[in-house]
Formats: sequence, C-alpha cells, structure tokens
Amino acid sequence: MLSHDTGAQKLHTINRRMFIISVAKIIVFTGIIARLFTLQINENKKYLTLSDKNRLREWRLPPVRGEFLDYFGNTIAGNLKVYQLHVIPEQVEDFKYLMLRLKDILQLNNSEFSKIIKKNNSQRPWETLIISENLTWNQFIKINYFLHELGGAKPVLSVSRDYPFKENYTHVLGYVSQANQDDILENEFIKKNHVPGLRVGKTGLEKTFEKDLIGTNGVQRYEVNAYGKRINQLDYQEGQKGKTIELTIDTEIQKLCNELLSDKAGSISVMDIYTGEIVAMHSSPTFDPNLFVFGISQDDWQLIRNNPLKPLTNKTLTGLYSPGSTIKPIVALSALENDVISPNFKVNCKGKMEMYGQTYHCWKKKGHGIVNLKGAIKQSCDTYFYEISRKLGVDRLNETAVKFGLGEKVLKDVFRNEKKGLVPSTKWKKDNLGKGWVLGETLITGIGQGYIQTTPLQLCLMTAMLANGGYKIYPKISVEENQDTFEQIKDAIHKNSENLKKSKKGADIASEGLAWFTGTKKYEPLYRNPENIKFVLDAMFSSTNEVRGTSYSSRIEDPKYQFAGKTGTAQVKRITERARELDLKTLEIPYNERDHALYIAFGPYINPRYALSIIVEHGGSGSSTAAPMAKKLFKLIIDRHEAREKIRKEKIIKI
Amino acid sequence: MYQINSLNDQSSILQKLKNFDYILIVCILLLGLISVLSMYSTDGGVILYHTKSHIFKFLTFFPMMVFLSFFNIKFWHFFGYIFYFIILLFLIWASLHGIKASGSQRWINLYFINLQPSELMKIAIILCLAKFYHRVQLDEVNSFKNMLISLTILILPIMLVISQPDLGTSILIALSGLLVMWLAGLNVKYFIYSFLSLIISMPFVISFLKPYQKLRILTFLNPDRDPLGAGYQIIQSKIAVGSGGLTGKGFLKGTQSYLEFLPEKHTDFIFTLFSEEHGFVGSVGLLLIYVIIIYRVLKIGSISRSHFAKLFCYGFASAIFLYVTVNMSMVLGLVPIVGSPLPIMSYGGSSLLATMIGFSIVLSAKINHKQLIG
Repeated sequence: MLSHDTGAQKLHTINRRMFIISVAKIIVFTGIIARLFTLQINENKKYLTLSDKNRLREWRLPPVRGEFLDYFGNTIAGNLKVYQLHVIPEQVEDFKYLMLRLKDILQLNNSEFSKIIKKNNSQRPWETLIISENLTWNQFIKINYFLHELGGAKPVLSVSRDYPFKENYTHVLGYVSQANQDDILENEFIKKNHVPGLRVGKTGLEKTFEKDLIGTNGVQRYEVNAYGKRINQLDYQEGQKGKTIELTIDTEIQKLCNELLSDKAGSISVMDIYTGEIVAMHSSPTFDPNLFVFGISQDDWQLIRNNPLKPLTNKTLTGLYSPGSTIKPIVALSALENDVISPNFKVNCKGKMEMYGQTYHCWKKKGHGIVNLKGAIKQSCDTYFYEISRKLGVDRLNETAVKFGLGEKVLKDVFRNEKKGLVPSTKWKKDNLGKGWVLGETLITGIGQGYIQTTPLQLCLMTAMLANGGYKIYPKISVEENQDTFEQIKDAIHKNSENLKKSKKGADIASEGLAWFTGTKKYEPLYRNPENIKFVLDAMFSSTNEVRGTSYSSRIEDPKYQFAGKTGTAQVKRITERARELDLKTLEIPYNERDHALYIAFGPYINPRYALSIIVEHGGSGSSTAAPMAKKLFKLIIDRHEAREKIRKEKIIKI
Repeated sequence: MYQINSLNDQSSILQKLKNFDYILIVCILLLGLISVLSMYSTDGGVILYHTKSHIFKFLTFFPMMVFLSFFNIKFWHFFGYIFYFIILLFLIWASLHGIKASGSQRWINLYFINLQPSELMKIAIILCLAKFYHRVQLDEVNSFKNMLISLTILILPIMLVISQPDLGTSILIALSGLLVMWLAGLNVKYFIYSFLSLIISMPFVISFLKPYQKLRILTFLNPDRDPLGAGYQIIQSKIAVGSGGLTGKGFLKGTQSYLEFLPEKHTDFIFTLFSEEHGFVGSVGLLLIYVIIIYRVLKIGSISRSHFAKLFCYGFASAIFLYVTVNMSMVLGLVPIVGSPLPIMSYGGSSLLATMIGFSIVLSAKINHKQLIG
C-alpha cells in the first residue's frame, strides 16, 4: 500500500526534477538557435560562397588562335579542322573498359596508351581527357561506327594550327606546341587563357605575337552535382579569336628562296628599300613546323636536332658571319665621306702587300695592277681596300658602318634571339679584350674579315639604305596601321635631301657633322655628300654589269630587271701559306673549312626598290654561288612588283 | 483506499474526443505535412519512392495513433512489460537473423514491413521503466534490488543495440532510460559517480569502438581533417544550413540538396535540407513546433494523476527533446555524427511508428488524466 504522504512526496520529486530538465531544455534549445543564428545569419556569406563553389563549375574552352597572312592575304599559319576524341572520365561508367576498347579501335601502341593513362592521372576527373588530338579519317569513321558501345567517348571537331607552306615559313613564324610550365609562368596571357592542351608559340613570330594571337577562352558555366555531373548550363561566353596578323612577306619569293637554298645552309633576305618591309626572309635548312603541333616524334626530332647544317637556328637573324667583301661599299663610302681619298685615288695591286712584317694578300694572286676606287669595288680588289682602310682608320669606318645599321638589331624586339653582330672599334677592343688596337686589324676589317660580324639581315638593310640614296629606314615584318606609306616616305626623303642641300649652302658641314639637321628626324640622310652614295652605287653597278665585274656572269641586261650588287667571300679559316700555294677548288676543301659565299644587291638599277642579301654557308665564292641566286630572285621580285603595288594601294584605301 | 475512478472507465467516446489534446494533434499533423513536403524536395520536386512511402506510412500510423489513444491508460500500464519483452525478443531476433545493410544488422523482416526494433525500444524502455517505477516508493528507489532491476532493464537492450552496431540509437535508449530513472528519484550521486566512471573508462571504451566510430569522433573534433572523406557530411551540412540565410533558398531550391551534396538527406539530414530551403526563420519555426509538442506532453504529464502516466509523459517529452537536440546538434556540427533521426520529419517507418505509439500513450494519458492506477 502506498501512503498518501510518500505518494505526494514522490509526485513532488518527479515534478521538481522535471522542472530541472525543462530548464536544461530551454538552455539547450537556446544554444541550438544561437548556433543556427551563427551559421545562417552571421556566416551566411561565407557559406553561400562555399555552396556556390560546390555547385558551379566553369569549363574553359581553348581559344581559337589568330592567323598569319602573307602580304597578299594568303593564310600562312591557319587553323585546320581536326577530328579529336575526348573523354570526360567522370562521365564514363567503366573507364578501364572504355580505354581498352579505344586502344583496340584506334590501334594505339603501349607507349601511346600509357601516355594517355598518365595524362588522365594528372588531371581532375571532370576535365576533358584528350585521347587523340588528330584522328585520321579512318579512325574517325571507326569511332563513330562503334560509338554506341563507347559510352563517354566524344568525337569532336576541333581546330589545330596548320602551316600550309610547311618549311617555307619555319624561321619566320616559328611553331606552336603544347604550353609548358615555363610558357605559363612567363606570359600572363597564356596563364589567363590556359586550358589543358593549349598550343602556344615556341619560337619566331608565333611567340612574339602570342598576346595578340592567343584570343580568349570561351567559357561554359555549368551547375554540377556532388559527383561533378553537369546538370545544366547556366552561361556560355563565346571566346574571341586571336588577332589576324598580316606580314609583309611575299610567299612566292619566300618559296623561291627556299628552293634556291635547298640542301644548302644559308639565308636569303629581301627588303623594300623605302618602306623597310621584309619581302622575304629565309633560313636554310628548314623543317616542317607542322611536326611540332601534335608533339614531334623522337625520330623526327633527332633528325632535326642532329642535322649538322643546324636547321633549328634562324641564320638570317642569329647567324653571325664575316661580311667579307660585301663591306667594301661601306668602307669606300666611309673613305669618301671622310675625305680620306678621292675617287681617283689609285693603288697598284701586286696580289699582296707587306706591312709591319705581315703579308696581306689580295684574292687575285696576280694582282689587279693599277686600280682606282671604282675598279677596286668592281673587281673587289683587296689591296686597294687595305690601303684605304689604313688611311681611314677603324673608328671612322665603325661610325659609318653603325649608321648603316651594322652592329644593331634590325627588327628590334620582334625576334627575341636576334643578334646584334659586331662592328669593332679601338674602344671596343680595349673595353672587351683589354688590348690595344693593332693596325693590321684595321686592314682585315676593311675587307670584312677579323672581328667584324654581321647578320644576313643587317647586310640586307645596309644595302637597302645605300640603294635608297642613303636614308635611314625602319625595317618591319608585319603590316600595321599608322605606318608611313611609300609615298609619304618618298616625300620625307625628298624633303630631307632638299633641307640638306639648303643648309649645305649656308654652313660648313664638315665641322658641324649632322647637327645642322632640322628636318623631320625620320628617314634622315646618312651621308654628307649625295655624290658619294651615288658613286658607290655606280661602282656596284659596274661590279655586276661591266666586264671583269665580280658578278658579271649573273647580270641581267633587261633594264627592267637590271640589278647592281657586290659579292663577298668570307674566310672561315685562316688560309695557310701552303693552302695558298695549293690553290684548291672549293669542292676539294673539307665542308667546314670552305668559304662562305655572300652577295648583296639592289634592283632595278634605275629607280631601285628592293635590296637583298644572300649567304651560302661554305658555298665557296660569292660570285659563283651567291650571285647567280640573285639573278633568279630579281627576275621574280620585279615580276611580282606590280602585284605587290596593287595590293599596297588597296591596303592604303582599307586603312 | 485508492480505487479506480469508475467514471473514466465508462466515459463515452464523445467525452474522450472532448478530452483530446487538439493542439498536440495539430502540431503532429503539421510536422507530418512539413516532412512530406521535405521528402518531396529531397526527391527533387517529383513524387518518387521516398515521398510516396512517407505519405503512406504517415497515413497509416497517424490514424493508428488516434485509434490507440482511445485505449485506456491502464491498458498501457498493463502492456508495459510485455511490450518491452516483445521488442527485446525482436532485438535478439535482429541480432540473429536480421537484415544486413551497410555494415550493421538492425532490421528484421516482418513481411509487411522491415522493422528496426531499436527504434521501438526507445519508447519501450520509457514505458517499461515508467511502469517499474510506478510502484516503487520514493525511499526504495535507491535500494540495491530496485537499482539492479532497473539497470538490467536498461542495459539488456543497450548491449543488443550496440552489438548491431548502432551507437547512436543505443545512446538515445540509454539517455531516455536514465531520464526516467532520474525522474523517479534516483539519487543524484549515482549519476555523478557513473558520469565520472564513464570519463575514466573513456579510453577503454574508445579502444572498443569500431574504426568508423573513432573516425567520426575525430572528424567531429576537426571536420577539415579529411574534407572529402569522413568530414564531408558535416562540412556539406554546415554549408547547406549556412547558405540558407535568413529566409532560405526557397522550397525545392536547395542546391546543396538537389545537387546531392547532402548525404542521407531524407533521414538524418532532413533538417539540413529544411534549413537550407527555409532559412533561419523556417528552422526556428520548426523548432517552435517541437517546443510546443514537448510543452503539451509535459503539460499532460503534469495533470496526470498516476505516477505511471506522469513518468511516461515526462520521460517521453524529454526523449523527444533528446532526439531533436541530438539530431539538430549533429547536423549543425555541434556533436559527432551518430545516426539519429528527427522525430516525424525523418524518413523511416520504425522511427515514425515508435513516435506515434509514444504520442498515443500520451493522448491516452490526457484523456484519462484523472485515472489512478493501482
């Protein structure tokens, strides 16, 4: 039996304890509400961001690369439609099976297959795995035929870089290849637009113009679920194609350069002597840049890399050569400008001359006899130039040579590996070699040997600036807006020359140098007396078009095509007395010891418009190897002139 | 001296209906409706399996609750031990021939329903202990014999549930039982002693824990330890709740949920989904419904004249409080993740059935609150 008292007491206990629990409940619930408040009100923004980060994912599409056109609007680096095979691993039910099936269908070998697997392991499961970047038509058909059993595999139509003229533009354009870590770190545009498999320029103009060419990514924004599956597309932003870049190069001439230099090592450059437009620029040997687009195979790479003629170097810009006799027009000009000699100055060439205990040889053993300046240029008499450079001194020669573009980069920053070359001076030698200048060195500098080193493009520019009457021009390889037109340039040159004439009457120029010059700074005259330039050009004309001229055999008589030039034969090795006695033919000397053959020229002789430089490495003499190429080139260059003018005028209207 | 009040026994159906606690019923119905809508949202805005099944279960168990509440409280008093033993047998059955799913053996196949007896044990333990303490006088509560009996009643099912293994449910059973024992007047010192010994024995207990249970504790302590693995649930749940903000992302617009970032969204994490879609306002509102329910049950307990009814009501109210607290704290990252459903809201027949049985006893107590049990 329960007593009333204990019963009531028990009730009391229960109620009291329940009250304690209730208080605890209120506290706990308050705690939960506080927690909710913290999460949902205080930290709402943070969690909203996290939630969006969870659900939104962007897929960036590779940008479409801008194209390169030649002067006539032909695509020289374009985008080719290619069939690719993509797989998004996370959307595949049985990834292993699919891969084995694809291996079978595409007939991948083991190393290709493991490369793909490796690539897959290095990326996220929602990122596109590119199984093949360039399916053959047969593979594409096969894939489509089996597509129903290949869940997750997507044949895609994509674009890839294509160089339709193959090896013709290799050194100008460079090539593209998959971006690596360095490319991404180096270039913010690549960093910004990078997607796996993006191709970027590795060398040449492809690299220089990367920021214009690259374009922008297309962006697809998707809502994804927890497994990364795309639920719906929220946004699509079309990417912008990269800029199209027009070059000043004429593909026809470029192709001829390639033909002329095929199986030789060397370089040809052609330039407009007023606009500075590079009409052709070729370095040989070359290779097909298309090989690099999808990753070059080991075999192909070894073939290119181990070629002793060094196809990977762009000889036009980075090849440093002794100019040999092609420097003689500048030496002559320098001597005339500095009033060291008059054109009538004569030297008796006996085939060699003794000076300070050394013997200096002329290329012609028997000697040229008594020659004046014109004859010396025409027949490339070394003895004559020993004599006048001795009188001139290396520093004055240096001044003239630098004025005409030697020792400076021709295209400034367009090609990052362009070389400056070297025009020696007494100061240079002291600063760099720590030794005093020796007079003998002046003599050999005067015939373009010794320390002096030039790139083929520098020689071309030098010739151009002589040919246009001695005015500074600004070489370029791409067509840009706001460039001076040919007419404007002609006009500026004319004004400058008039100014010079006027000021000449009033002031003593010799003492003031070029300080008189008040006209526009551009296209400034590089001479003191226009007669001197004229004289040098005239001598070059006789070198090509008069009997006994060094390139007489390569002349064209038709005045339409007639050109003037100067040969050069650069020694790569000191000729020993013994070798001199043997007087070996070019083919009897080991390849690496043969002379470089050089030629510089401009044409047509009346109203010249184009200048060129040719270098054939170890090609023997300039007159036998290089000059005949100029003959073929001028034929084509002049024939193409009309078409080029027409395009030029159209371009002016367009701008 | 204390005779049964004959009036109650013969009160008409009308009278009983009049004594119904309508506020409680409305709250339960409201929760039911909210839970169905939430289930609809977990299915992504279409009526799929979970929604259908949940509607069906609710529509079965809710009328059953109303029906059962017409049973006299004496029936429940009489039935208390039997109910406990049946569920105990079910638990033994489950551990012998239960259905295995995701590493534990919790369910038994009753042909028409897959029953999880541990869920029912949550109610049975309260019922059983309420009946036990009904007769025990206050000064005998702390006697060795009574303590032995009550602890045996408590420990048997806990052992069975732990061995399933199901840590969450066994903790809830233990806490529900202890609550009733506390209410019945068990000396505070025992609670203090056992709490202390629990802390001391913690290292040993931990060494007995399954690896996944240890992982959960570690994960609770630092969810960012392994964000894609064990910490994933807590992190995603917090993101969902936090991104809900003041008023939520809107019904059917919980991105965390429908993009499947939320794990177990229709069972243990249903509150997360609700909170994401309805925000702070909705969550507090939901909590308020639970508070009202707990309050009503407590109120019924306080007007009940029998110790049994009083103990049960108080015990049950506290149990609901426990379930709600543990579940919400868990999804809000306040306590480690232990599988524990939110009453009525979470998907799961056994849990719903147990909760409904509990409510029918409470309603019966309301109808018969003047009833004394001998």
